[in-house]
Amino acid sequence: MSKFKKKKSGELPAISTASLPDIVFMLLFFFMVATVMRDSTLMVANTLPAADQIQKLDKKDRIMYIYAGKPSSRYIDKYGAAGRIQLNDKFATVEEVGAFILAERASKRQELQNVLTTALKVDGETKMGLVSDIKQELRKVNALKINYTTRVGDYRQNIN
Amino acid sequence: MAKRAAPEVNAGSMADIAFLLLIFFLVTTTIETDSGLNRKLPPMDEQEQEDIIIRQRNIFTVVVNKYNQLLVEEEPTEIQDLRQLAVEFLDNGGGQGEEACDFCQGKRDPSSSDNPDKAIISLKNDRETSYKVYVAVQNELVAAYNELRDREFQRLNPMMGTTFVEANKTYNDPRTSLDTKALLKPKLDEVKVLFPQKLSEAEPNKN
Repeated sequence: MSKFKKKKSGELPAISTASLPDIVFMLLFFFMVATVMRDSTLMVANTLPAADQIQKLDKKDRIMYIYAGKPSSRYIDKYGAAGRIQLNDKFATVEEVGAFILAERASKRQELQNVLTTALKVDGETKMGLVSDIKQELRKVNALKINYTTRVGDYRQNIN
Repeated sequence: MAKRAAPEVNAGSMADIAFLLLIFFLVTTTIETDSGLNRKLPPMDEQEQEDIIIRQRNIFTVVVNKYNQLLVEEEPTEIQDLRQLAVEFLDNGGGQGEEACDFCQGKRDPSSSDNPDKAIISLKNDRETSYKVYVAVQNELVAAYNELRDREFQRLNPMMGTTFVEANKTYNDPRTSLDTKALLKPKLDEVKVLFPQKLSEAEPNKN
């Protein structure tokens, strides 16, 4: 009997926190590796439409991004509420899209230049006129592979 | 001089520093892979192409107007019905003789498409159409093709136990081994030949 009593007696030993930094560092490294810093700040509204028949865009080095939508609230006084195109960090006109694509293409590695995809990140509320203009510009510079970037979701979210 | 042991650095605050960094990266992280609908634009030809005569019954016209309303084959339609209508059109197989379609399971209506190879979906939108409705329409049309391709893929490869969409995803995944890719490619191409995606987009209305 005395055997069992012995165990109960005495205070609980403190849990060692010596390995806490190790655990935290492990998490830290995971997030450091998984982090992708946004390379351009969005200046336009960008609520993407939903779709479910989608394909993934792997390999970030093969993608050129074009943003479009109405300017976000910070810029709405200056640029108005009509849909605008954003290339890198600034607003652009439709005519500048071609030059942008050529510059992006030239900055990529030689073997990738023919397999580039243009990702159109266009806000759902944008009018198709702007999107059609972008597509015409892309055709002019022969950037034919495009991707309408969407959220994952049912198409019914888009109507109403 | 007396030899003095270097005092041990207190590592107690190491966890705090690590936490600080951890929280910074937690906040800035966006683990996202973009996904969306892949499309290919038609090349811009300098010289005028000669007109190809396409029979009216082989064209499936979809028009979206500026009020985001849908007109399919001259009939006002709800977007919920679009997928089914597109499947019926593509799978119709109304052709005779040379143009007969032996794998189609449609109604063989002589006023609808001859075979999937001839069938063209023509999408036209207005400049005022909203982008999200356009994406929804595109999504439904791609879904119609995917539905038929899945069916044919499963018919031709009953042992694979997968669908066209799944197989295509595996094929496009950069982590898939080259052997698997080489195995999948002919099977995917076979189905793509049966149901080629012929989606033509007209230039939008000006107004």
